[in-house]
This record gives sequence, structure tokens and C-alpha cells, in this order.
Amino acid sequence: MEWFQALGYLLSAVLFIVGLKYLGSPRTAVRGNQLGALGMLIAVVVTVAAEWGGEGIIGWSLIGIGLGSGALIGFVMAKKVEMTGMPEMVALFNGFGGAASALVALSELLGSTPDSLGDRGALGATVFLGAIGASSLIGWVTLTGSVGAMLKLNGTLRGTFSFPGVNLVKMGLLAVSLYCSYQLLCAPDSMALTYGLVGASCLLGVLFVLPIGGADMPVVISFLNSLSGLAAAAAGFVVDNNVLIISGALVGAAGLILTSIMCKAMNRPFVDVMFKTYGVSAAGDTGEKRTVRGYEAEEAALTFDGIRSVIVIPGYGMAVSQAQHVVRELGEELERRGIDVKYAIHPVAGRMPGHMNVLLAEANVPYDQLYELDAINSQFSDCDVCLVVGANDTVNPAAHTDPTGPLGGMPILDAEKARTVIIVKRSLSPGYAGVDNDLFYRQSTMMLFGDGKAKLAELLAEVKAL
Amino acid sequence: MIVICLTQLTTSALVASITVLVLAIFLGFELISKVPPTLHTPLMSGANAISGITIVAALMASNTQLSGGNKTLAGILACVALALATINCVGGFMVTGRMLEMFKRKEG
Repeated sequence: MEWFQALGYLLSAVLFIVGLKYLGSPRTAVRGNQLGALGMLIAVVVTVAAEWGGEGIIGWSLIGIGLGSGALIGFVMAKKVEMTGMPEMVALFNGFGGAASALVALSELLGSTPDSLGDRGALGATVFLGAIGASSLIGWVTLTGSVGAMLKLNGTLRGTFSFPGVNLVKMGLLAVSLYCSYQLLCAPDSMALTYGLVGASCLLGVLFVLPIGGADMPVVISFLNSLSGLAAAAAGFVVDNNVLIISGALVGAAGLILTSIMCKAMNRPFVDVMFKTYGVSAAGDTGEKRTVRGYEAEEAALTFDGIRSVIVIPGYGMAVSQAQHVVRELGEELERRGIDVKYAIHPVAGRMPGHMNVLLAEANVPYDQLYELDAINSQFSDCDVCLVVGANDTVNPAAHTDPTGPLGGMPILDAEKARTVIIVKRSLSPGYAGVDNDLFYRQSTMMLFGDGKAKLAELLAEVKAL
Repeated sequence: MIVICLTQLTTSALVASITVLVLAIFLGFELISKVPPTLHTPLMSGANAISGITIVAALMASNTQLSGGNKTLAGILACVALALATINCVGGFMVTGRMLEMFKRKEG
């Protein structure tokens, strides 16, 4: 390796580390992202400079096309995506990262010969082939898992798909992938083993994501993010390059931390999320049928008359109906009337970590009005009206009252303690956990049935008319 | 014809790489252990863009001199890998920047 190349990579790694550090604090996040991008640019430039002159397997014109088309597609995708489409976008980018690592591994495998492997020495060849196996396995799982997650997020795939023994099949596929990787150490030119590895890993990714339901998506996306990093680290061992190992490990660790934060917020162990599918029908409609009266926007608007404080709880329903802008307008109208407005954000509200924060930021809701669960929960008892927009499980009192139920022990927002609770929701259907929400039936609760955006617009008009 | 002689991997070089891997994982945990929820999405997409570092491996793979093996297929795969990794980097950093701009805008 050229000296400037090694130093360039070191500089890139430092920039990634500082960049990630800066991304963790609101004041420095923009700078952090820029430093990360600069690190990437440096890594690419020194690589091209060091490789310049060699006429490799695809030639510089094709390399230019690969870089150019990738940059153009990435640019257009990033420019065009709506904030509401962000979870799908992040999932897809994760998948691309994983696929790139897997393809590099495959390309290196196909390009090696007994002679070139011999040149690496016994240890070198073993590490090279082992890393190819790891990179392929993780990379393909990341790709198909991410594409599956994306199709679920944009509604193409509905519900959860599972069958008895799905976990055994997953274990089997993992075993097949590992076996193929192991056998490749002895027979690197076997196409059958290569296809076996690719096929089993791809299927594993699909089966990993399909049985997992929508509300667990924040965990899944964080975990896929972690995998895309680990795939890059494995690719680093394939091409024997430290900058890949460092960056991949950093991203892998970051993804794992987010995954564990999400799991804690749902009070579900990671293993549960991955291997246990909630029986959607299991807890569905047991017990007696209770009736609920739906209110009109006009009646709900009256509760805002002469009060002092309102807490808004957004959920996935707000994202679906794209109601964030009308939520902000309503909030501003209430403030104009001297009412204190706060937003309570549950860590797993929505479909990816921080989903609600992104949407409310897009709608220009001031940052200092957003409160985390721990900071806001003591304030519900002093709150006049709690407005729940398309949230369900995150405000379900069953988390407290039924400790052994599916929601038992999950930290929730204590909306029930507010004097009046207004819930905007499409229907009474239970949330993802399949547990009926007692809050809907309380005396102090007013249900507004309908599309979030439309109902809130009605409510806003009525509040203005007060 | 240029003959490329790969340097043989020594045990100490391998151990050095593993050391780097393990230390970087610990560093990652330390760096990101406390992040406000507001930044969860940008952090994730920023980290994701960094995992596009595979672009470097893809460049190397596309520029390897092959004496044999399945040259055409290896080349095509390397080129596709390069394009995908570039999408991941460029798109990832840009979309993170877009989100962060939104956060910044209304702080003032």
C-alpha cells in the first residue's frame, strides 16, 4: 500500500469517528455529517490515486460509469424522497450497502485462482475465503431483509407471513450458509457451493423479516443497519483494508446500540422480536363486545375552551395520514389562545427510531416542545387535554394493568391520567400487539373516528371558530 | 504482462487487524451510547452512509489484475458493487443532511 494511501485511510477513519460523535448531539450533528462525507471523499480519492495506472478487470471507463451512475442515482433518490418515505429509504440504502459488500466478496471469489490463492499463503487464503463467506452471508441477508422491510413499510406486503417451524427453517438456512462457507475453504472454485451460499443467505434474509410485524420495524431497521456495517467490516478482511474494518465496526456497534434502545422501549428482548411472531388473532376479540361512542370534531373542540395545557401524542397513524402539518397548525392555534402545548414522543412510535421527530421537524414544530417519555410522564396528571393522533399500543394502560399480557411492562405514555383524552383514529381495531385498548372506553375519552389529517383539519376549523 | 505478487498474510498482521476490529467496535459503543431520540434517524442514516465505505473495496476489486478465474463475471459484479456502494454513500449523506437542515431551521 502506498504511504499516502495508508495515511489517507487513517484520516478518513478519524473523520468517521469524529463525525459519528458529532452526529450524537443536536448542536454538532450537521458538522458531523459533513465530516463523515469528507472522510468518504478522501477514502475514495486516495484509493483511485493509488490504483491509477493499473488496468484492472473492468477498466477505468467502467469504473467511472459505476461511480457516476451511483452518485447520480443516490443524488436523485435523496432529493426526491418525502420525509414520510424516510423509513423505506433508510431500509433500501442499508440493503444496497450490504449488497455491495456481498458482491465485492463474490467478485473476489470468482476472480481467484489456485495460483493466486497459493500466493496468499495458507493463513492468508483461509482468512480471505473465510471473510468472503462472512461478507456474503451478512451482505445477502442485509439485502433481502432490507428489501423485505421496505416492501412492508410502503405497504406492498401487508401483515405478517409465518408458518409453523419457521424458526427451524431459518436455523437450517443459516446452517447451510455456514456449511457452504466452510466448504469453500477447501474448494474455492465450486460454483455449487457459491450458489448455495448466496441462495441460502438470500432466503434467510427474507424469512428473517417477513414474520416480523410493523411495530417491530424500528428494531429491524436498526439491526439491518448494524448488519450493513458488519458486512463492510468483513469485506475489509477480504481486501485486507483497515479503513473498512474500522468503519464497518463503528457502524455495526452504532446499529446494535440503537437496536437495544428500541428493544428496551418495547420491553421485549431482542430474541423475542426476531423469533416470536405476535399472534395477531390470539388476543384479538376475546371477552365482551363493548361499544364506544364516536364524537364529532365540534364536541371535541369545545374541550379546548378555557384550558391551560395540552399534550399531543403522535403515532404511526400520523405518519400514514401525513397529518404532521395540520398537527402543527392546531398546536399553533392553541398556543395563540394561551394554551401550553407539548408533544410527547414514545421511543418506538412509528416505524424507525426517531420517526416522529423527523416528521414533526419537517412540519416545523419547535424542537423544545418535544418531550421524551421520562420527561413528560409526570406531567399528564396536570394536563387538561391529551390529544392522541394515530397512536395505540404506546398509550395502552394494559401495559400497567396486565403485566403478563403482550404489552406487560412496556413503558407507555400515561395519557390516561389526563383530564380529557381525545383520540383521533381510523377505527377501534387493536394495535399491533393485538390487545384491546381500555383507554378507548373510558368516560374521559372522546374518540374521533376517521382519517387523521381530515379529522384534525375539522378540529382545527372548529377550534378557530370558538 | 504484469504479475502481481500478493504479500502473504502473517499471523501478526492478522492479529493486528483483529485488534483494530475489536477496538473499533468498543469505540463505536462508547461514541453512541447516549444520543437524544431526535437524532436517532439522522444517526442511523449517517452511520449507514459510512457503511458505504465498501466503495473502497469495490474500487480495489474492479482494478484487480486477473490472470484467470471468471474474469467477465467478476468484473460485472465489481462494477455493480461500486454503483450500489456509491448510491449508499451519496444518497445516505445527502438525505441525512436534508433531515438535519430541518432540525436546524426551527431552532432559531
